[in-house]
Order: sequence, then C-alpha cells, then structure tokens
Amino acid sequence: MTPSRVPPDANGDESIDELVATESRKAATEAQSSFALGALFDDPTELLTEEIETPSARAMEVLRRGLAVSPELRTGIAFTIAMAVATAVGRLVTPVLIQQILDKGVSGSAGFRPGFVFGASALALVIVVTVMVLSRATYIRLVRSAEGMLCNLRVQAFAHIHRLSIADHNESRRGELTARVTSDVETIARFAQWGGVAWIVDSVIIIGTLGVMTIYSWQLTLVTVVVMAPLLPILRMLQRRQLRAYDKVRSRVGQTLGVVSESVMGAGVIRAYGITERVRDRLHAAIDRQYLAEKHTARYFAFMFPLGDIFGGIALALVVGIGAWWGPSWGLQSGTLIAFAFLVNLLLVPIAELGEILDQTQTALAGWRKVLDVLDIPVDIVEPDPGVEVAAGPVEVRAEGLDFSYRDGGQVLRQVDIVIPAGTAVAVVGETGSGKTTFAKLLCRLADPTGGRILIGGVDLRQISPASRFAAVRIVPQDGFLFDATIRDNVRMGRDGATDDEVGAAFVRLGLDWWLARLPDGLDTEVGERGESLSVGERQLVALARAQLADPGLLILDEATSAVDPETERALSDALIRLSRGRTTISVAHRLSTAEAADLVLVFADGELVESGSHDELVAADGRYAALYESWLGNTQRA
Amino acid sequence: MNEPGGNTSTASALFRRGVRVIARYVRQEPRRFTLAVIGASMYAAAAVGATVVLGRVTQYVILPAFSGGVSRTTVVQGSLAILAMGLLKAASIVLRRYNGGITAFRVQAHWRRRISDTYLDVPLEFHRSRPTGELLAHTDSDVLAATEVMSPVPFTIGVFALIFFALLSLAFVDIWMMLLALLLFPALALLNRLYTKRVERPAEQVQEEVGAVSRIVHESFDGALVVKTLGRSDQEIARLRTAAEQLKTTRTYVGRLRGSFEPVLQGLPAVGAIALLALGSYEISIGRINTGNLVQGIALFSILAFPMQVLGYFLEELPRAVVSTARLDRVVGVPRAPAPDPAVAEFLPDWALDVELDQVSFAYEPDQSVLDQVSFRIAPGEVVALVGSTGSGKTTLCELLARLADPGSGVVRVGGVDLRRADPDSLHSGVALVFQETFLFADTLWENVVLGREVGNDEVRQALRVARAERFVGELPMGVATVVGERGVTLSGGQRQRVALARALLRRPRVLILDDATSAVDPVVESEILAGLRDELATTTLVVAQRVSTIELADRVVFLDGGTVAAEGTHTHLLATVPAYERIVRAYETAGES
Repeated sequence: MTPSRVPPDANGDESIDELVATESRKAATEAQSSFALGALFDDPTELLTEEIETPSARAMEVLRRGLAVSPELRTGIAFTIAMAVATAVGRLVTPVLIQQILDKGVSGSAGFRPGFVFGASALALVIVVTVMVLSRATYIRLVRSAEGMLCNLRVQAFAHIHRLSIADHNESRRGELTARVTSDVETIARFAQWGGVAWIVDSVIIIGTLGVMTIYSWQLTLVTVVVMAPLLPILRMLQRRQLRAYDKVRSRVGQTLGVVSESVMGAGVIRAYGITERVRDRLHAAIDRQYLAEKHTARYFAFMFPLGDIFGGIALALVVGIGAWWGPSWGLQSGTLIAFAFLVNLLLVPIAELGEILDQTQTALAGWRKVLDVLDIPVDIVEPDPGVEVAAGPVEVRAEGLDFSYRDGGQVLRQVDIVIPAGTAVAVVGETGSGKTTFAKLLCRLADPTGGRILIGGVDLRQISPASRFAAVRIVPQDGFLFDATIRDNVRMGRDGATDDEVGAAFVRLGLDWWLARLPDGLDTEVGERGESLSVGERQLVALARAQLADPGLLILDEATSAVDPETERALSDALIRLSRGRTTISVAHRLSTAEAADLVLVFADGELVESGSHDELVAADGRYAALYESWLGNTQRA
Repeated sequence: MNEPGGNTSTASALFRRGVRVIARYVRQEPRRFTLAVIGASMYAAAAVGATVVLGRVTQYVILPAFSGGVSRTTVVQGSLAILAMGLLKAASIVLRRYNGGITAFRVQAHWRRRISDTYLDVPLEFHRSRPTGELLAHTDSDVLAATEVMSPVPFTIGVFALIFFALLSLAFVDIWMMLLALLLFPALALLNRLYTKRVERPAEQVQEEVGAVSRIVHESFDGALVVKTLGRSDQEIARLRTAAEQLKTTRTYVGRLRGSFEPVLQGLPAVGAIALLALGSYEISIGRINTGNLVQGIALFSILAFPMQVLGYFLEELPRAVVSTARLDRVVGVPRAPAPDPAVAEFLPDWALDVELDQVSFAYEPDQSVLDQVSFRIAPGEVVALVGSTGSGKTTLCELLARLADPGSGVVRVGGVDLRRADPDSLHSGVALVFQETFLFADTLWENVVLGREVGNDEVRQALRVARAERFVGELPMGVATVVGERGVTLSGGQRQRVALARALLRRPRVLILDDATSAVDPVVESEILAGLRDELATTTLVVAQRVSTIELADRVVFLDGGTVAAEGTHTHLLATVPAYERIVRAYETAGES
C-alpha cells in the first residue's frame, strides 16, 4: 500500500489535499478490503484506536529504540535537513528578488538600474538551479538510506519471528505477526517517503519564511502569526473528525463486502431457498449505508481545504491594509510590502501539510513501536553450538518429569515420565486439550519444556545440533501445509540436496507412484497457494513423501481429523504403514485402528499421562481407554 | 493538450473511450457534476481575479501609499477586495469538491447495486467458476478504479478555464509576458506528463513487489510449523530478503525519478518568475507596463504550476477507468438465469411428490459431459440413496433437482411438473436441498434457520429437534439468538450441518435432497437423524451417501458411475450383483472406521 502517486509538495495551493484525500480514501478502502478478504493484514481498527493517544514521551522512546535498531537513520536525518534547507532557500528566492528589484532596481532613488536588475536576476537563477541540483542529490541519498533501513528492519523482524517458539505462533497471533512484517513496515515506509520528510522540510520553510518576514517587518509578521495561529489547531481538529469519518467508511465498506461475500458464497442456499429478494434488500441497504458514510466524509473533504484560502485571504488583506496605512511611518518600502504579500502565501501550504502529517506521524510511530516490540519478544529456543549428533536409525525416546505451560499461564503438561524403546509404534490418545498434541510438539522441539527434559537416543533434545535434529526427528502435521511450488520442490524440502530420483523414490517406497502418475504434470504439478490445488488428503500424501525423503529415526504423526474421500484414505493408511517401518513412530491418534495397531498406547487427560500399555492391556484394565474404546466401538458397530 | 502525450492511434482511441466513459458517468449524475464544474470554473475566475486584484492594489493602494499617501477608504477597499477574492476562492472550492465527491460516491453506489444484483440473478455456475476474492474486488477496488477518474474531471475542466483566463488577463497586460507564459506552462505540463509516465510502471512494480513480500510473509508464517520442523528458517529468511531487497531497489528507483523531476517541477515556476521580473523591470523602465502589472504577472505564475499536476493526474487515471469500466460491463452483462414466465408457471401439487429424471444430460463445458442420459424415478415418500465415486455427477444431479441449473437435454419433473415451468415460490417451498458445504449467514441461529420466514417458536424447535440440533443449540449462551459466523460463535462442522438441515426441515419440504449433508455428523447421530426423518416427515428423499449406515437406511440405491446410472436396486442386491458397487462400498467401510 505504498502511495503510487507520492503527494507532491507543490507551490500551488490545491495540491496536497486533493491528492492526499484520494490517497487516504483509497488506503482506507484497501485496508478494509484486504481485511475482509481473509485478513491480508491485521485488523486495521486496532491500529487506529491505539495510535490516537501516544504521548510524546512515548514517541521519543520509540525514536530512541528505533535508532538503536536502525543506526542508519542518523545519516538519513542529516540528508533530510540538508534538503529542507535547500528547498526553503529555493522557495524564498522569488519574494526576496521581488523586494530587491522593486525597491532597489526599479523604483529606488536611482530609477531603473539595469545592471542591478539583471545581476540580481542572474544570481537568483544560479541559486534556484543550485538548489535543484542539491535537492536532487540529497533526496536520492535520503531515499536510499530510508529504504535500506526499512529493508533491514523488515528482514530483522521476519527472522526474529521465525526464531520464536511455536508457543508464540498460535493461530490467533499469526495475523498480528504477519502485520508486523507487512502493514506495519509499510506504514513506516509511507511515513519515511513523505510524512517524515515533510515534517522537517515544512518546519524549515515556515521558520525560514517567518525569519525573512521578521527582517522585513516585525509588526506585519506579528499580524500574520496572530491570524494564522488558529489555522493549525482548527485543521488538526477537523483532521481528527475526518479520520473518524473515514474510519466509519472503512467499517461500512467492510460490512458491504461482508454482505456481498455472503451473497456470493451462499449463492446456492439463496437460490435453493428462494430468498433472493431478502438478500437483495440487505445488499442495497449496506450499499446505501456505505454511501451515506462516504457522503459524510465529502463534507470534510470539501470544507477543510478552503480554510487555507480563508485564513490566507484574511492575513493578506490585513497585511496589505496595515502595511499601506502605517508602513511608510515604520520605514517600510513598497517593494518590501509586496514581497511580504508573497511570503504570506508561502506559509499556507506547509501549515496545511503539518496538520495532515501530525496524525500520520502517530500512525507511523505506533507501527514502528509494534515492530520494535516484536523484536523485544525473547527467543526461548536457543540452539546449541555445535551440539551433539544423534545416530541414524530408530531412536529411543524418553521423557523425564516433563512440564509445559504457556508464558501467559495455563499448565498444559504435568510431570510426564515415559520411556519409548527404539522402533516402537506409539499411539497417543486423549480428549481435545488433554496435552497430547503439545507432547508431540515438544518432541520435535517446537517449544522447550518448562520443566523436566526429553531425551532422544539418550541425548537431551536441547543439546542436539539443529541439523541432526531435523534429520532425526520429523513431524507430519495435520494440515500437511505445502508451499506454493511444485510437488517436487515441496518434497525436496524434506532434505536439502535430494536428487529428482530420490524424490521419485520416496513416492515409490510409500506406494504412491500410481497417484503421482495420475496427476497431469506428475512431480511438476503446481500445488497452488498453501497447496490448495490439491485435496486435503493429497496434501497429506505429499507431506508423507516429504517425511519419507528425510528418513528420520523418530516420526511424529498428527493424524488428520478431517474427512478424506475413501480412495485417498486408503492410500494414506497404506503409505503411513510403509513410512512407519523401521522407525520409532508416535502418532497423535484419532482413529481406532491406529491405536489398535500400536505397540504402546499413551492416554493423556488434563495434561497428565494417565494410562499406558498395549491396546489389549488397556482394554482389560477397564479404565479411561477402555471407556473411550467402548464409545468408539459403539459407533462403528451401530454404523 | 487534449491528447494524452500520444500521437499513436491507440492512445487517441483510448482517450476517446475514456471520454465516453466519463460522459456515461456524467449522465448518471448531471446535476451534481454540473455544480462541480461550475465550482471549478468559478475557482479559475477567482484565482485569476485575485492576481488582478493584487496588481491593482499594488498600483493604486500600495505604491501611492509609499509616495504621498492614500485615503483610508482606498486602503479599506483594497483590503476588502483581497478578502473577497479569498472568500470567493474558498466558496468555489467547496462547491467543486463537495459536489465532485458526491458525484463519484453516487456513481460508485450505482455500480455496486448493479453488480450485486448481477450476483443474485446470474446462474450459480457464474459463482462456481470465479474465485470469491475476484467477485468481491469487482464491487470494491474495481468500482473505485473505474470511477476514480471522476474526482479530477471537474478540476481538469477548470484547468482549461484557468489557462484561458490567465492568458486572457496577461494579454491585457502585456504580450511579452503572455508569450513567456505560453513558453513556460506547456513545458511544465509536458514535464509533468513525462514524470507520471516514467514513474507509472515502476510505481506499479512497487505495488506488485509489496504484494510479493506480503505473500511470502503470509505463506511463511502460515507454514511456520513446517518451516521449523524442516529447519528451513534460513532459506525462508533468504527468500524474504531477496524480495525485500528487490522492493528496496525499485523504491529507490522511484525515489530517484522523483528526486530528478520534482526539484525541476518546483523550480521551473521560480525560473519563470525570475525571468518575468527581469523582463518586467525593463518594461517598466520603458513605460510599457506599470509595477502593478508586474506583480499581477508574478502572482499569476505562482498559481499556474499546480493545475498542470491535476492534468497529469487525470491523464493517469483515464486508462484505468477505461479498463475497469469495461471489466465491470462484462460482469453486469452476464446473462441472467432464465425464470419461467409467470403467466404459464405451474404450481407443484399439494400432495406427496414424486421425482423423475427423464434422459437428463448436463455438461459445464461442451464435450465434458457430467451427466449423460440419466433416467430414474423416486416414488412419493421413498428414500433413495445416491451412491457414486468422486466426480460421478452426484452433486450436479442434486442441483438439477432444486433447479440451481437446468439440464442440457432431458427433463426433470417433480410432482409431474417440468421444473423449467415450475413457479419459483412453489418450487422453493416444495423442494429443499441441503448442501455438502454448509453455508451459514453471519446472523443469529434463528435467522439462519427461518431465513426471513414468519414462523413460530414451536416450528423452529421442532425442526431443530429432528435435525438433532436442539441440544447443542440449547447449550449455547444465547440459544437460538446466538450469532454465528465470522464475528460470532464458531460451530463445528457437524453442528453447522445440523443447523442447515433444520433450515430445510422447517419448510416441511415434500422433496428433501441431502447432498452428503451429514458427512461431518457423528455416525450414530446421523442414523438417528435419518431414522427421525422417516418417522416424522415421510417425505420423498434423495440422499447422497458415503457411509454404509446411511445407505442401509434407504429403500433403494441408485448407483451413479461416470455420469450414468450404472445400477439401481436395494443395497444387498447391488452388493451381490455389481462388482463396481461392491468396491466402492468396501472403500467406505474402511474409511468409516474413523
């Protein structure tokens, strides 16, 4: 969401608002549509509520932390100041030249002095051209350093988030984390390209203009300042209201999109149940509400802007009137007064712009703070260097006094002790929330236990070198997430450097070559975003091949709960049996058959290991597992 | 100046199409648009007028004040004239911006209504063949892209007025000053055009690259678990770095362009003013003009720079408007689903209905037949299971029965009435289809079940009870008033399916079609539901089944294979006589263990 049209800080009096208003409206709707389209970025309303009251002390705090993370900013600021000064000089040349020529070259005591007039004009020309060259150079350097800083910040945040444990990566936070690296960095980028620069440039122009004015006449400067002073606060106030109005538009756009998406996704139901007219009413009502909200913004859009002309008109009228009446007695000259009139106009654009920027600044600071906050989340999985290697082949798995709780409380696992001999097939069963999935995640070090330890092949999991761990321990998650690439590339991720033959062999070994042969492009089939061109079951097949390629000593399977068509289902269970051969396998089981076939069944309840033993033993023991089995059996028998 | 930087015929064709698009939108909102144009022209007059006033005030107030003195009245008059011009400018801006904004918003709302009406009235196939995101974009970003051009249009017209007034006022002052303006402002306009043209492509590229970065981040964090377990963090970071650096490079390039053009665009008017000062001073000295004329000229030069940018903005938006308008025209031009002529529409009989397919064929694409000469009949009150492997045409068949599509050839009859001639309301109350994929509206459970019908509490309870949804609904904090969907309570797949079933049952349909509608419901509960349906409703039922238990509950089975009816009969009979049927049922049994 970068402004494709950078609002130019032009001399004309209409530029900024015209373009910015369109821009911000577009930004608002873009943000909203992406929100509705499955949260491309994180909830934009969150941004707005937070940013409104950021005390300036916190702003300085953000700046300090930001500078520590991105030291290259300092050079950027230096270039900005240099450019601001150049711009201000460029703007002031014309009024000063007017004053000089009128007072000294044309109507002075000596009458027309061609030498002075042409000399001064030539000098002014040289200054203007020099300023052009200087602004170009400084601006380009500025952009380069700002973009460099943004790029580094983005990569830094991204890398940091990937280093966080899986506990920080849960579903509800994913959107938020994504926003840190996308929309929040973009907010800063927008600010760096326009707002941040305008801050400095506008301040310097205002100070410079007021400075020249004061030299000409402090009395008229006073008049100007008194008249213009209310402009900024009034603009700010209207700006706030305008933002709120845009906010409303944004939520109305969201509602419209919501109703449209219902009418699209529910098209079948709407037709089959004959409720077209009802839905049409809802759609039109939403569209009308959106229009009313937009109409409301048109007021601000229309009335805020001419304020500059009104205040400018008042100031100019007063300056000319007062200057003409009392000026001569203050020792003013006519050319000076005329130049002063031009200087008054010069003030309008930067003042209007500052009003705009203040809010943008707060948004940018809020975004920046969020990115910095992410960088402050401690990384709790520290990889050993160099670490111990685990031998290839099936491994023994041992848990000793295993505890796990999330950072915000909530104990998930309590004192789990277990020994799983190498080559055992284990089924972990339990209700949702019993801790069985967490147990599986700890085994592949997606998080570290908060107490106790896990030994893989006799080595503490935390001591095992990352490379060896990735090779020895492999989890096949439920959803079989695939990257937007070919099947071949997805499988190859199982082991870097695997040849095409090895990838093909993985499918053959799992008895899936027939499935592959059925695909139009075989291994080169593109799987689409998140693998969505394949069915859920097919994605799992690819995930299994990926695990097969890695040939791990410990295989952890998180069985899928979702329904898969019968054919794929059979392919899956076949492939699973083949994949499990010659490894220690731990399955988080949802299927009765898996538990029945396992050498060892672990039953979890409320974070504790309550029963363990073979299927037959546990059924005979008539405990929790037996009850679970009973209900399972009941279902299938009656079915 | 009315040709957008192009001398090729395509550019002028595009421009002409753009003008036609604008004319079309203007015709929709003639009054508001006219007001906006009046505002823009008023602004042009006021802006030029202000420079004239400043020149005259210089000549007749300021200069005399410093050489001998003027009357108080003259000073006050001068000041008031300046103030009046300022206020006139302000008023004209309000007029233009307000009415211009309203014009655009109304045109947009108009588009949105037309597009959403289209979505409601076109055949279901339209929705199936397009991603939801694309359909949403039509009503949102495409509408903006098609109409955004309307916001600079009034001002663009005003710009021509401004140029006209400006040249006119200069012509009265001094021909040489006018010539200088004629030299400078086209140069500025060209430079602006050149800038927008050169920055256009890279700016688009920036957008694409922002999208690429965002896609990588999304994918990478969505697959964080896989990234971690495969130990691919480093590769992922490298992937993002490449994209982020590409973005940096492009943005730096855009910055370089901006840095090259903007100082020139800003400096050029200053250069003009300097030239004007030198020229004007000389002319004053020879008595051709007075000081007031010179001041007027300089003031005029300082207001002319910006309009050239508006012109650039307008020319930049124009092609987008043409392309997007054409896209939206295609959407609203999609043919509507055929409805029977109300005069000849037939009502379904009031009694138990039979269902009959007679030589029904259907294809989404020519040569890719989904159903081929399918014929069978379901007697009133009979329960028939439809069995077939994935892609055998089961869902299509169900949709034909609810007239979500019409057969390519052959006839579907319900209660003896050809569905193409059936009255829509009569059809909707007689036949209910429950989909495999449940769709719930973001509304209360109550609304999701009744769908706007006026029904009593008891009827809803009854429907929920038969659908075995009464208990879990009762356990929800707000009961039937609970809001479900995106912003409300999330129901499990099985729960959603039961709500959808209750929705169908509430209508007491005489034909019920269940397209694998209980697949996510626990098998035990599913059996209870189906048994309950038999006992309490005795409706004609077609059920697409993937569970043996479901099939066993049916009176009869229709076995669909490759779009044709391969066999028909009781479950046990087919199991014994049709090997293909036996294979598929065995596969269901294996899967059913879960």
